[in-house]
Amino acid sequence: MRYLPLTPEDRTSMLRRIGAPDIDALFADVPADKLLQELPDLPRRKSELEVERTLSRMAARNVAAGSVPFFVGAGAYRHHVPASVDHLIQRSEFLTSYTPYQPEIAQGTLQMLFEFQTQVANLTGMEVANSSMYDGSTGCAEAVLMAHRITRRKKAVLSGGLHPHYAEVVRTLSRMAGDDVMTMAPDVLAGEDMLACIDKTVSCVVVQTPDVFGNLRDLNALAAKCHENGALLIAVFTEAVSLGLIEPPGAMGADIVVGEGQSIGNALNFGGPYVGLFATRQKYVRQMPGRLAGQTLDANFERGFVLTLSTREQHIRREKATSNICTNSGLCALAFSIHMTLLGESGLRTLARVNHANAVKLADMLARVPGVEVLNETFFNEFTIRVKGDAGQLVERLAAQGILAGVPVSRLLPRAGFDDLLLIASTETNTDEDRAALVAALSSQLAH
Amino acid sequence: MLNNQGRPTGAGESAPAYNRKTFTGNRALQTREALIFEIGRPEVSGIDIDEPEAFTPRLGALARKTPLDLPGLSEPETMRHYVRLSQKNYAIDAGLYPLGSCTMKHNPRLNEKLARLPGFADVHPLQPTSTVQGALELIEVLSGWLMELTGAHAVAMSPKAGAHGELCGMMAIKAALAARGEGSTRKVVLVPDSAHGTNPATAALIGFEVRAIPAREDGTVSAQAVREACGPDVAAIMLTNPNTCGLFEPEVVEIAAAIHEAGGYFYCDGANFNAIVGKVRPVDLGVDAMHINLHKTFSTPHGGGGPGAGPVVLSEALAPFAPAPFLRRMGADLEILTLVEETGDGAAFGRLTAFHGQMGMFVRALSYMMSHGSDGLRQASEDAVLNANYVRVGLGDVMSAPFGDRPCMHEALFDDNWLKGTGVTTLDFAKAMIDEGYHPMTMYFPLVVSGAMLIEPTESESRASVDLFIMTLRDLTFSVRRGELERFSGAPYYAPRRRLDETRAARQPILRWTPPAPIIEDEAAE
Repeated sequence: MRYLPLTPEDRTSMLRRIGAPDIDALFADVPADKLLQELPDLPRRKSELEVERTLSRMAARNVAAGSVPFFVGAGAYRHHVPASVDHLIQRSEFLTSYTPYQPEIAQGTLQMLFEFQTQVANLTGMEVANSSMYDGSTGCAEAVLMAHRITRRKKAVLSGGLHPHYAEVVRTLSRMAGDDVMTMAPDVLAGEDMLACIDKTVSCVVVQTPDVFGNLRDLNALAAKCHENGALLIAVFTEAVSLGLIEPPGAMGADIVVGEGQSIGNALNFGGPYVGLFATRQKYVRQMPGRLAGQTLDANFERGFVLTLSTREQHIRREKATSNICTNSGLCALAFSIHMTLLGESGLRTLARVNHANAVKLADMLARVPGVEVLNETFFNEFTIRVKGDAGQLVERLAAQGILAGVPVSRLLPRAGFDDLLLIASTETNTDEDRAALVAALSSQLAH
Repeated sequence: MLNNQGRPTGAGESAPAYNRKTFTGNRALQTREALIFEIGRPEVSGIDIDEPEAFTPRLGALARKTPLDLPGLSEPETMRHYVRLSQKNYAIDAGLYPLGSCTMKHNPRLNEKLARLPGFADVHPLQPTSTVQGALELIEVLSGWLMELTGAHAVAMSPKAGAHGELCGMMAIKAALAARGEGSTRKVVLVPDSAHGTNPATAALIGFEVRAIPAREDGTVSAQAVREACGPDVAAIMLTNPNTCGLFEPEVVEIAAAIHEAGGYFYCDGANFNAIVGKVRPVDLGVDAMHINLHKTFSTPHGGGGPGAGPVVLSEALAPFAPAPFLRRMGADLEILTLVEETGDGAAFGRLTAFHGQMGMFVRALSYMMSHGSDGLRQASEDAVLNANYVRVGLGDVMSAPFGDRPCMHEALFDDNWLKGTGVTTLDFAKAMIDEGYHPMTMYFPLVVSGAMLIEPTESESRASVDLFIMTLRDLTFSVRRGELERFSGAPYYAPRRRLDETRAARQPILRWTPPAPIIEDEAAE
């Protein structure tokens, strides 16, 4: 077997050195009737060629986003990732290293995480960020727990514009932990009155901007009302590129900002692995979940980096830890950080403007299609349209024509009365031909 | 320029000792690297993208006014920055990485190649399911392998990491108890002292109370102790098997019976599954739920601390309580179900993450499994156990093992009894290993053993590699006994950094770069 260096002769002589008659002597603690005599009922070893052939066949049964006009978003976005990003994250020293527990031989990972934390803090307009979470949705649930620890209250209020899957993750964890959650009704037009829900029993308010329907939200009034009542404002985003163009939650008074970082540096990957971004105010740092890289000095007084504030964490605090998390999403954070470094401030601003321009162009084209209504007043690179008939069936028909047109809202909120709504995202990867193809196909489908 | 004199350079007559500081602070291939915030410029970009044509923005009053303060680097500068950073990292590809409980095995590059096929990497989680049948097929096939290897009835694929898998399993248990009407009466989770810190943290996170079970002198858990701790308030036990001392729990079947008799469930921490793949099926032992770290047992890369993947296998009793989403086969087609009521039994406990889990890791893990096959998977486990025992025997006479000569599973545990009175600590010993070119073993874990050193060589090491490792550690032990303290107390000497001050880092946390305070001209001139 190509991955196993020991030879049969090695095994025999090593067993002799150990003083074991055979390999099963080393498994003597396994109850004899439980030790498998037969091999598992699975195929035998395969060559690299055979494995590649088998999995390539599966891959070929999927429609890759890059092969068709593609407008799918709703929490994961297709952007161009520079070739150098994927090359660098495959360097052995990044790819095949562990969590940096031995900082003297892990300065590469630690310095990268320190840079990543600074980038995330600046992007979100916050003071500090951690070294990443599993993804945006789990980060969101952790943010709610963090708010409960800080406020010593147990009630979260979720905006109706929060991604329904994020809301479900928060509700699941909260229900299990015995905390209260109030979820506002789905809010397509961003007209909900959250101010009325905030009182002195509320621990935190969770608002997404751009929200799941694409609307941009001004958080200033909400932040003020939260703070008057001793509650925290948690701001969520699922499209990190938007922060290159819109006012960051940190500048609007948010106390915790969490979001999905996939859209910078990372592929769609059918949903994972992604990278959760998590930022907060300096004063709350000791209640923050997740790993943190910090700056220090070595014995020669040279600058270096270590994992720090680990007294918050499970391996020290056990059942009193701030979270049970012990990994972050290190390699995806690296991809994010490299892509962000390549972009820089000027590149990110331009990228964000191109995204917005493409979406505006598409929205204007769609608004002219009979049977289509664009619902958003504001948006970044994704908006909601109302179509004549069932949006889910429409998307299936367009997929059969080789166009991936977007996410039917009924996919996120089944049986909730939103069957005619469709989320449409447009990034820098869309061409004029893509837009023309979508508009033509939609026009012809809706004309029937 | 070529050496046109054609003279080979010699080593010099007698090379003098030389310890001068260099102008750059570099030492040949060991280079310093500033932060991107110190070398980047806001106007520079490594990406060419044209400004859009004029258009009317739809941002309302929310255009960004706050500065971004994000430096940019050109592509060559970016390459150099990250390549130089990478050179400050230890890695499996560069050397033996014996971190106990972490299973730092070889990461096959075929897996990386396949995970990047556009049909897997460039597919959106919310595309119509008719366009992702191959992705769903991969998840179905991988689930089948995991169930066959564990004897399970179902598997929840969405957990993002081991600790997330624990959360999933414990939530399923909580849901099952609630369905029995015992959600509010069964609040206690039994956790042995030797458990990973994540176990009690997970249990506490969702409102369970943790009751500790002391380990026996021999490092294992006694069924009698579990039986005595069981009562009508007990929800579950969280047991690692093989355990964190590197031992297979000999009474695991009796422990399972005890917890089941008491009406509780058996959660198994599967961190050490690599020792028993193809040898034992955990659900045959009575396990109800177990997470599998695809990044340990099935070789998906650790990536400097993630992303991992932690699918949870479930016994027949817990199978109905898996979280959404579900995969269902309808004839030739696979579909994704997200609504609990669509699953038929309505028992699912909710959702753990936005989408379907770590697809990129699923591809890698299946590639690994198919490459090994049933025969190779069993061989890998046997080799992992063999290498660990070879290390145990190779060091047993010069270090101290807390549990004597007992065979271990895939990791060998030593304590610091042999260091008592020498002036050298476990930490010093580990740091001296760095100078010898090794990543240290896991230290001070499990907590039940004084100054623990947990060594997991994995099956990826050749005999020559393990021999050299053993000889190196033996040499270090001789050095300890000769009283050569400086080899340990100041170590590492040759790493990119000397020992780092973690106390300073925690006392005055600097968690981000901030611009240096400007120097005021007049004062600077004085």
